[in-house]
Amino acid sequence: MPAQVTERQYQGKVHEHSRRLMSDWMGRLSRAEAEGQPTGALMISGNCVELLLACHILPMFPEVTALQNAIRHKSLPLILKAEQAGYSSDNCAYVKADIGLFLDGGMGPGKPIPFPTITVCNYVGCNVYVKWFEHLADLSGSKLFMLDVPFARTPGEPTQADVQYVVAQLKELIALCEGITGRKFDIDELREILGYAARAEEGYARSKDLCKAHPAPFDAYFDAINMMGPINVLRGTKEAAEFFDVAVAEFEELVAQNLGPLSEERFRIVVEGPPPYPYYKNFRNLFAKWGAVAVASTYSTVGGIWEWGFRHDARRPLESIAEQMLRENLTNRSITARYQQIKRYVEEWEADALVIHSIKSCRLFSAGQGDMRDYFTRELGVLTLLVESDLEDPRYYAEAQLRNRIDAFFEALEHKKLVVGAAGRRGAGALPSEATV
Amino acid sequence: MTPDQILEHCRDLSSQPLGAVAERWKATHPGGRVVAAYPVWAPAEIIHAAGMLPLALLGGGTSVELTHADARFQSFVCSVAKSSLELGFQGIVKGVDGFVFSNICDVARNLSSIWKRNFPDAFVDYLHLPQNSTSPGVPVYAANELRRLAAGFEQAFGLKVTEPALAKSIEIYNALRARLRALYAFRIAEPQKLSTTDLYAALRAATCVPPEEAIGWLDALLAALPLRDARPRDRLRVVVEGAFCEQPPLGLLEVLEEAGCYVVEDDLLLGWRWFTSDVATDGEPFERLGAAYVNQAVPSSTRHEGREHRSAGLIEKVRRSKAQAVIFTPAKFCEPALFDYVLMKQGLERAGIPHMIVEFEEKMWTFERTRNEIETFVESMLFD
Ligand code: SF4
Ligand code: SF4
Repeated sequence: MPAQVTERQYQGKVHEHSRRLMSDWMGRLSRAEAEGQPTGALMISGNCVELLLACHILPMFPEVTALQNAIRHKSLPLILKAEQAGYSSDNCAYVKADIGLFLDGGMGPGKPIPFPTITVCNYVGCNVYVKWFEHLADLSGSKLFMLDVPFARTPGEPTQADVQYVVAQLKELIALCEGITGRKFDIDELREILGYAARAEEGYARSKDLCKAHPAPFDAYFDAINMMGPINVLRGTKEAAEFFDVAVAEFEELVAQNLGPLSEERFRIVVEGPPPYPYYKNFRNLFAKWGAVAVASTYSTVGGIWEWGFRHDARRPLESIAEQMLRENLTNRSITARYQQIKRYVEEWEADALVIHSIKSCRLFSAGQGDMRDYFTRELGVLTLLVESDLEDPRYYAEAQLRNRIDAFFEALEHKKLVVGAAGRRGAGALPSEATV
Repeated sequence: MTPDQILEHCRDLSSQPLGAVAERWKATHPGGRVVAAYPVWAPAEIIHAAGMLPLALLGGGTSVELTHADARFQSFVCSVAKSSLELGFQGIVKGVDGFVFSNICDVARNLSSIWKRNFPDAFVDYLHLPQNSTSPGVPVYAANELRRLAAGFEQAFGLKVTEPALAKSIEIYNALRARLRALYAFRIAEPQKLSTTDLYAALRAATCVPPEEAIGWLDALLAALPLRDARPRDRLRVVVEGAFCEQPPLGLLEVLEEAGCYVVEDDLLLGWRWFTSDVATDGEPFERLGAAYVNQAVPSSTRHEGREHRSAGLIEKVRRSKAQAVIFTPAKFCEPALFDYVLMKQGLERAGIPHMIVEFEEKMWTFERTRNEIETFVESMLFD
């Protein structure tokens, strides 16, 4: 292996800024009950957070609670509590950690994570969402609103009928929220919020676009997580819009100086699938030591796919919220539509390989990733590595096994690069697929 | 014909590979098309109204070895998804022209598009069935989704789904479902005369033939069953819940009864018995079918019922069938069933209804442990 690659730790500023914003939000959440502030549970993917903000309902995201507990190495006891209560070892561990938190006494009246006043299930593709929020509504006793979003299943979508179907439900939700807060909904307030949302979306898209640079200024998988809070949770706030202004300026500066997250960018990869939150840093290190930088990732688009140009539109407030939920997020699209998304990343971001991180918990992402690998290796000749663990349950993270596979893959990739060699930088398509590990 | 002869015929029908069933029908319907629906529910009425044969895509059961599909789907994915795909790879569904999937779970969702990618010559549609069951616009949306499916058939196969034809098909399927409801009611009343494996044989065979044909032998069966000679035994009356998609091996159904149960309600092949009462017979037929999906559907783990608690439908089943206990039978790795198990079990406990859980896989072949567990459960209940 060539000389050691090191991390530059440049990402301090963006990371710190994001952390501050997220902890302010968590702080508000923990005070909500005492201050009589109504809260609304929402899912991350393709959400309508802007609408809750406009209704003066503080959004809360059980997925964020679950991932934070995983990052802090607190998820396993919570998962075990849920399993003792009857949840299967085969159920999505995000849900189990969340329910386990309640069973452990960490959620509910008088706790830092309050019960939601209303539970809004934005059903955008993931069927576990339906279950999760049924269970959350059951234990919290809060009103459950099931927002049915037709799956993006034909090329001509969303149709006008799809949009109107979702808009009608959004109006129903507004009326429900008015009933909770006793406050009249103001469409102009929503327009202003959507203006901020569009600004954040623009900044997020621009940040990702900057990763087309060689080297990419940040890791679009591991560092993108710092942007996912502001874009998915705080989207629609002035603070989130400003966060992206700052982030873009910083990334542009890095591009100008030819700096990336590592001392050297040896391999450009696209990563598919959520990260293993319980071992986030360890997992990252397995790639960093090879000088592998993610230049694009699918996970960073679960909330919304902004890089192809879609923005919330203050002139068509409810319609554009509906369109985003219907089409402009990864979760409500088919797995084969995701193949096309990844293909674009590989081509336009000039990646050397695809890494599929297969997650046991999340069948939405993972069921059928063997077929995805088949498509990329056999049909496109893209070098592809498939590794398995979990995003929440540390029991499924086998570091030695992962390291072996990742090392073998990059060794092969390095060898191929040397062979293809002097002809200059090659796109993934230039490498024969039999090097797949 | 005696019930045994009819049931023998049923077993024979459903033991054939799906492609062979399709080809046999096509031999007498030149130019005819066949469409198979993956669980749980698809509008067989629309397939039938188009002049096609609706069948059920239910995986490979015990008959198929996975040689391709396990490289596509990981180890933590249920068997029915993998073995269904395997049927495609091995050409066992050759003769079936179209496949309909729907949003029952994340696995089925991905399977639908993976099917389409691997078998580009087949017609594949993915129905979005509404999870919101209470908002005013939902029945209209559901009707439109069914119209979209019909238009897809028309375009792919160059045929027509007219409103009168659909109205007629709705009537025929109402008649079929009425027979199936009658069979279930008979088993509740006299479970000693209709075992679950027998009932399942009739039900499964009804998914392999045109509804008109099934109605014929179901009537004969319903007429002959009461004449069967069987004395009630001292057994535990149970509801079986959780096998709405992947189908349990027959051996498991046998063991349930041999171990001392009368299964008096179950959710086997639920989609073929989807409506709790007849679909309305007047009005625009797509709208009637769409409204029925929203308002008359049986409780199912794959559909959010916004009006009542997850356990309510199950408790109602227990009461209606005068059952004494529930046996949960989720397929291994089946998220909808495994999630619902928790809320349902809590509901049963509040209602004082005993329950146990037995996970299965379609390929399961040894049942001794399960037999012991069920026997212990039955004994604890009967001799308490
Ligand atoms: S299945 Fe995947 S998308 Fe759905 S809740 Fe679990 S982790 Fe999230
Ligand atoms: S058995 Fe369960 S998980 Fe598998 S396809 Fe059917 S509903 Fe989905």
